[in-house]
Amino acid sequence: MEINPTFVTVAGARIELMRRGKGRPLLFLHPHIGMERAGNLIDSLAGHWQVLAPSHPGYGESERPKGVTSVDDVAYLYLELLDQLDLRGVVLVGSSLGAWIALSMAVKSSERLSRMVLIDPVGVKFGPRERSDIADIYAISEKKFIELAYHDPAMAQRDYPALSDGELTVIARNSETTARYAWNPYMYDPRLRHLLYRVGLPTLVLWGASDRFAPMAYGRNYADAITGASLQDIAKAGHFPHIEQPQATAEAITAFGDAAVATRQKECA
Amino acid sequence: MRVFHFSEQPYPPAWLPELKSLRVDLPSRYLDPKIMADLYERYVDEWILADQLGFDVMVNEHHASATCVSSVAGVTLSILARVTKRARILTLGYPIGNRLDPVRVAEELAMIDVISRGRLEMGFVRGVPTEIPVSVRSAVTQVDRFWEAHDLILKALTSIDGPFDWQGEHFQYRNVNVWPRCYQEPHPPVWITGRSPGNVREIAEKGYVLGTFLSGYQTREIFDNYRNARLELGLTPAGPDRFSYLGLVAIAENRKEAERRAKTMMKWLNSVPLVSEPFGAPPGYFSVKDAARMLRAKGGMKAKTKDGKIVDSLHGTLPELIDAGIMFCGTPDDVYHQLADFSEGVGGLGNFLSMAHAADLSHEETVDQITLFGKHVLPRLQQAGAAQAVAAA
Repeated sequence: MEINPTFVTVAGARIELMRRGKGRPLLFLHPHIGMERAGNLIDSLAGHWQVLAPSHPGYGESERPKGVTSVDDVAYLYLELLDQLDLRGVVLVGSSLGAWIALSMAVKSSERLSRMVLIDPVGVKFGPRERSDIADIYAISEKKFIELAYHDPAMAQRDYPALSDGELTVIARNSETTARYAWNPYMYDPRLRHLLYRVGLPTLVLWGASDRFAPMAYGRNYADAITGASLQDIAKAGHFPHIEQPQATAEAITAFGDAAVATRQKECA
Repeated sequence: MRVFHFSEQPYPPAWLPELKSLRVDLPSRYLDPKIMADLYERYVDEWILADQLGFDVMVNEHHASATCVSSVAGVTLSILARVTKRARILTLGYPIGNRLDPVRVAEELAMIDVISRGRLEMGFVRGVPTEIPVSVRSAVTQVDRFWEAHDLILKALTSIDGPFDWQGEHFQYRNVNVWPRCYQEPHPPVWITGRSPGNVREIAEKGYVLGTFLSGYQTREIFDNYRNARLELGLTPAGPDRFSYLGLVAIAENRKEAERRAKTMMKWLNSVPLVSEPFGAPPGYFSVKDAARMLRAKGGMKAKTKDGKIVDSLHGTLPELIDAGIMFCGTPDDVYHQLADFSEGVGGLGNFLSMAHAADLSHEETVDQITLFGKHVLPRLQQAGAAQAVAAA
């Protein structure tokens, strides 16, 4: 898919924003690997939705304002973006670190949101203190990460020497920014667990059935901790169902997102 | 020229050929504390001998490593402060961008300065990439933290009129009031390691001693950046005492024996890259530009020889390492001439950090090296340094 991002200025930062399709708004928040191979999901969703897919501050070509140093800060920046674009009834979709940002937004304000889909989220600590809930990307090789994070590791291989300078720069930038936001505490915000009562949105937790990077047993905690949330698996996908099963992921999102309309119509009737 | 005897305090029995990682993730069950106790004792004995022979002494710090079991430089410094009599005691250094509590650093350094009756030389380092995985904080803001910690430590060491508050970007304190105050006025001399022009300029502006390690003859460019920065800033020109360089020393009565010792010590150079893959280049340590380049092709450490040839600093042959000024090797006369050449080549070196022990070089060999250097090389270097100072005056 051809990616033609536009840029918007939010909180003084130039943010790369992909906009595709027409219809009700859906904000897609990418994982720590950035927008890499997210195109198929965006394509599938664009048939139904007005998809907005920003690169987080410090990722892709997006600037990072000096004061943005945490997922919490990114969440405020995206709430500002929704205000700025005056969007309402937004379906909020996040993958992995993007789902962490989504959760962080939802506990602050759901005024402009209608439903939330968390795809293999990170961001909340549930397990014992002696062990990370999520495999440590800073302590495993890239090969091992791919084995854990993908149902089909073959589709995740990068041929570094063949990549352009621009592509390598984006990979290096994404990696540095992830370390800035998620190095320690590793991939979570200690406060977030105690704020989950603030999630007032119908929430669907999608989980790649083959995810061994953040296993489904960890994912079940999200469904248990968020009132009314349900957990649904995506077959033949690892930590990034939007990459490995874009069609099935888009269908699950759309079915859940459309249910929001049905609910609202019922409420109005 | 001042010469500092240095050992990394390694634990060589754990350098097993089957181990691909000697740091960060090597389990400590590979270390026998009874053997380590003997090693710590002998390393201190070697520093005592160096002190007696007119050397100054240097210690460093690494974490979770078999190649340097000095996880708290302050512990060794404290011992040396008490058991040496006259040597300057240098740490190069404290990794203050990784330390969580700079005020505690100031307290440690102040105590050591007083116990040694003012012999501390206070070196600060950013630390190598493999220190990051064992640090609480990431590499991303490490340089900013380094300089804020530096500012706070210096203020803490020089404030003698009661408590102050610190509300910085990375560190926040109330009632900073370090006891004891420093023995040296206003504080122990500061050393900082640096290589990039920007960093060297900052060190030059402050007039600190610049530390360089194993950078061979391109050290000239690094020192020139310092010298030029001083001139550009309208500051007093930098003399040789503002520069230091760390090299390996293999010295013996005859060249054959010196070369045998050098080959033993080269095992340390070879061991430097031995670390599990994810720990070698933590995100944020290198600039985005360099990190992107390294994704395509891993670099490796290179050094320039006197004649401008590029050699592999870690896996070069012995003659290459000698030509590059990474290894100083031969009879006392050879080593003197190599060092005098090197000093001339870099435009005047005031402080040589002599790594005369590395890998599994034995105590007897190390003692012999320190003794030969101390008796036959050190006096000549000191004389040459004095002559240089007279010539400059």
